[in-house]
Amino acid sequence: MRMPEPDAGVIARRAEIVAAMRAIVPGEGVIADADELKAYDCDGLMAYKGLPLVVVLPETTRQVSRILKYCDANQIKIVPRGAGTGLSGGALPMADAITLGLGKFNRILEIDFDNRCVVAQPGVTNLAITKAVEHAGFYYAPDPSSQIACSIGGNVAENSGGVHSLKYGLTANNVLGLEMVLMDGEVVRLGGKHLDAGGYDLLGVLTGSEGLLGVITEVTVRSLQKPETARALLVGFPSNESAGNCVAAIIGAGIIPGGMEMMDKPAIHASENFVHAGYPLDVQALLIVELDGPEAEVDHLIGRVESIARQTGAAYIRVSQSDAERLVFWSGRKNAFPAVGRISPDYLCMDGTIPRHKLADVLKKISALSEHYGLRVANVFHAGDGNLHPLILFDANNPDELDKAEKFGADILRYCVKVGGVLTGEHGVGVEKRDLMGEMFTEDDMKQQQRLKCAFDPGQLMNPGKVYPTLHRCAELGRMYVHHGKLPFPDIPRF
Amino acid sequence: MTETLKPKDAAQVLEAVKWAAGEGTPLEILGRGSKRGFGRAVEPGLGLDLSGLSGIGRYEPNELFMTAFAATPMAEIEAALRQNNQQMAFEPADLGPLFGGDEDRGSIGGAIACNLAGPRRVKVGAARDHFLGFSAVSGRGEVFKSGGTVVKNVTGFDLSKLLAGSFGTLAVMTEVTFKVLPAPEKTRTVLVLGLPDAAAAMTMARALGSAHEVSSAAHLPKAAAGRSQVSYVAGAGRAVTAIRVEGPGPSVEHRCRALKELLKGKGEIEELHSENSQALWREIRDATLLGSANGDPGGRQVWRLSVPPMAGPGAAEALARDLAGEALYDWGGGLVWLAIAARPDAGHEKVRAAVAAAGGHATLVRAADEVRARVPVFEPQAARLGQLTARIKQAFDPKGVLNPGRMYEGV
Ligand SMILES: Cc1cc2nc3c(=O)[nH]c(=O)nc-3n(C[C@H](O)[C@H](O)[C@H](O)COP(=O)(O)OP(=O)(O)OC[C@H]3O[C@@H](n4cnc5c(N)ncnc54)[C@H](O)[C@@H]3O)c2cc1C
Repeated sequence: MRMPEPDAGVIARRAEIVAAMRAIVPGEGVIADADELKAYDCDGLMAYKGLPLVVVLPETTRQVSRILKYCDANQIKIVPRGAGTGLSGGALPMADAITLGLGKFNRILEIDFDNRCVVAQPGVTNLAITKAVEHAGFYYAPDPSSQIACSIGGNVAENSGGVHSLKYGLTANNVLGLEMVLMDGEVVRLGGKHLDAGGYDLLGVLTGSEGLLGVITEVTVRSLQKPETARALLVGFPSNESAGNCVAAIIGAGIIPGGMEMMDKPAIHASENFVHAGYPLDVQALLIVELDGPEAEVDHLIGRVESIARQTGAAYIRVSQSDAERLVFWSGRKNAFPAVGRISPDYLCMDGTIPRHKLADVLKKISALSEHYGLRVANVFHAGDGNLHPLILFDANNPDELDKAEKFGADILRYCVKVGGVLTGEHGVGVEKRDLMGEMFTEDDMKQQQRLKCAFDPGQLMNPGKVYPTLHRCAELGRMYVHHGKLPFPDIPRF
Repeated sequence: MTETLKPKDAAQVLEAVKWAAGEGTPLEILGRGSKRGFGRAVEPGLGLDLSGLSGIGRYEPNELFMTAFAATPMAEIEAALRQNNQQMAFEPADLGPLFGGDEDRGSIGGAIACNLAGPRRVKVGAARDHFLGFSAVSGRGEVFKSGGTVVKNVTGFDLSKLLAGSFGTLAVMTEVTFKVLPAPEKTRTVLVLGLPDAAAAMTMARALGSAHEVSSAAHLPKAAAGRSQVSYVAGAGRAVTAIRVEGPGPSVEHRCRALKELLKGKGEIEELHSENSQALWREIRDATLLGSANGDPGGRQVWRLSVPPMAGPGAAEALARDLAGEALYDWGGGLVWLAIAARPDAGHEKVRAAVAAAGGHATLVRAADEVRARVPVFEPQAARLGQLTARIKQAFDPKGVLNPGRMYEGV
């Protein structure tokens, strides 16, 4: 993985840049000490590390605006950073770039129950939003497994999902408004407490933009009333095929569960050994299906899902009898990543999405690749929407294992695309999948996306080197060759 | 009369746009033409009639998506979905009648380009939330695509969001993929009668903020209610607030009971079953309760305001008074349809001031061409946002040949 060559000229001006930052952000908000910078040397994709030029932690939109204006005028790159839990290297620092951390933007600004929304600063954690409204029975629906730590700004930048996204949508479907600062320091507000921002849907475009278009300094999200009740089924299957069939059959029956997650045998074992959720160990695949809503509906649907599970060959079925038991079912799934972390020194987490009916096929391919590369793999996924998270186990101390793990991962993602899926369902492209973009997109597709970036950031100073494999200058992207001539289509009917 | 080109496939669309870009000839992009009156009125360019790009390509009910050519009639799509007990959950409004045309004349590409939504917007979103991917020709005369057929996809910028609601000003979509979902087994509507607008907004907030999974909440003041084809609603003789619940049978019955209990004491309560519910929500969705263009003796102008739900009645009541109009509320009060007596300026300054105070945006949906040529149809943008909009237009359509001016002057 290659990053753009750091600009030696910028690095040489480091002292001057640090001083300029200190003039904007007083006190401890500017971190320049090499030891302290280490805390920012990577995000959740720990295979790639590097020290930033300097870290700046502003506290106000005005400061962000002044920082960006300075950077724009002085041709200095910036890397926005939330909580640093991203899994694709989106917040990977660069030696010639300022890492702009939003951690101090940690206040909830307004809770508006009547209009069913919350206004928060971007550094507020995902879970803190739910905590702020749960006393009134509300919650914030998208719930990434990292929700204790990840920031709402990061969620917007990645368009993060969670186990409840199947029924309640991704971040994009739950954001109403935001404030952002453009690279030239201008502050723009989009949307608010109303629906559909009007004009081009820049709110939608910013969501999932991976810190390439603007720095998000405020977010308005929808809050929903908690469902009356929720119950979960734990269903074990003798094969991945039968589990995959069950998922397809549930959706095919017109049931959209609150969550539908799957784990394969290695993931079941790792989780069970870690949290002792009581998972059956003699099955090949495990599904957790959660139904939520009114009591009457949940009871009705639990019965239907149970019978679908039996018809598709379930070997084990348990229905949660209490909320405590339901949470125990989830504890294994929610801790699957750390559980796998215990059985391997390192792991890479993949994130492709595939059509649901290809689940078993893709798992077979993954297991063949696992043998080919000689690396173990554990699979957990958001089965309801076909979003896979194969965890590739390796040891970074063994120099060629990282390389092998990366090749293995790339092969999985290529296969996902081949069967009609995509490279990333929720973790983003970042640097990790950047060089695979060509698997999904033509050169023209990518250039058109990059032209959108040029509209926001013509100097390409915001998080460059991420998402797109080739940097083109905006002037070059904007060039257009036109052909003059007679209406050349005798075939096209005219009226 | 202006000329029209009728390409029969994406390759011919490409040819046409390339030529137009070369000549600097503006094109008016037409799906089926049902919403031609939507947007700023500009000198019509050469028509680019996409009706030759029609038909469902791939429909995979179990994968919950459908791919169709851009000008596939909505009616054809809806019929195919009905056969599998599925639907487009975003319930796109059919604006044909509002513009004085026939029902069911819209195309899927048009619904997406206008980012249509319906009463279920509050729960499941608009076209933008269900639009998974597309293939298109940019104003540069290049084919490009974005997205895919799966719901969870964050690979690259989400250009689907950008094209939804861009009114054909950035690219000509040739093929679109969108999410489809199971149709509800049952629908019921709880009616609360006789509420003043502000009290109705509070009542709708109670319902939408409850655990009863309300899928829509609308309020019809007396005049609008009186135009309904549903006898319970028209016969009420006063304002009607409607709360919809959908889902599996036992659940719907339970929630309906719970809602009646919750709203007890707010006003007299009635209940509509599936058929009447469908009829009523269709009237609300299409804003036909304000009277169609043909049937409306005054030829009133129609605004659509999106505001914070609790601010809806305040803004609307003042405007209705000042502009001799009447309002109809959807989205729990957050969507206000405002019909006013026609005036040359469409009362735009007053409307915009009210929206600015409430927070939100307003669109002049129906007015005569000469009015829509003068009065900004879409919410005017703050300076920097306007510049961003212009730059995005430049990035997709540098020669300004795709529906130029349809949204904003010079864009
Ligand atoms: C154990 C674990 C479990 C996870 N589970 C899930 C899961 O279930 N679902 C899921 O979707 N993800 C999951 N993730 C990934 C990650 O938590 C999400 O991507 C999260 O949204 C990142 O938030 P963050 O604040 O940590 O952002 P960061 O990692 O700091 O940044 C992520 C990207 O966003 C940009 N960015 C951050 N803040 C801003 C801002 N304010 N303005 C502009 N750009 C900004 C950065 O430049 C970067 O490109 C998991 C991660 C871990 C470690």
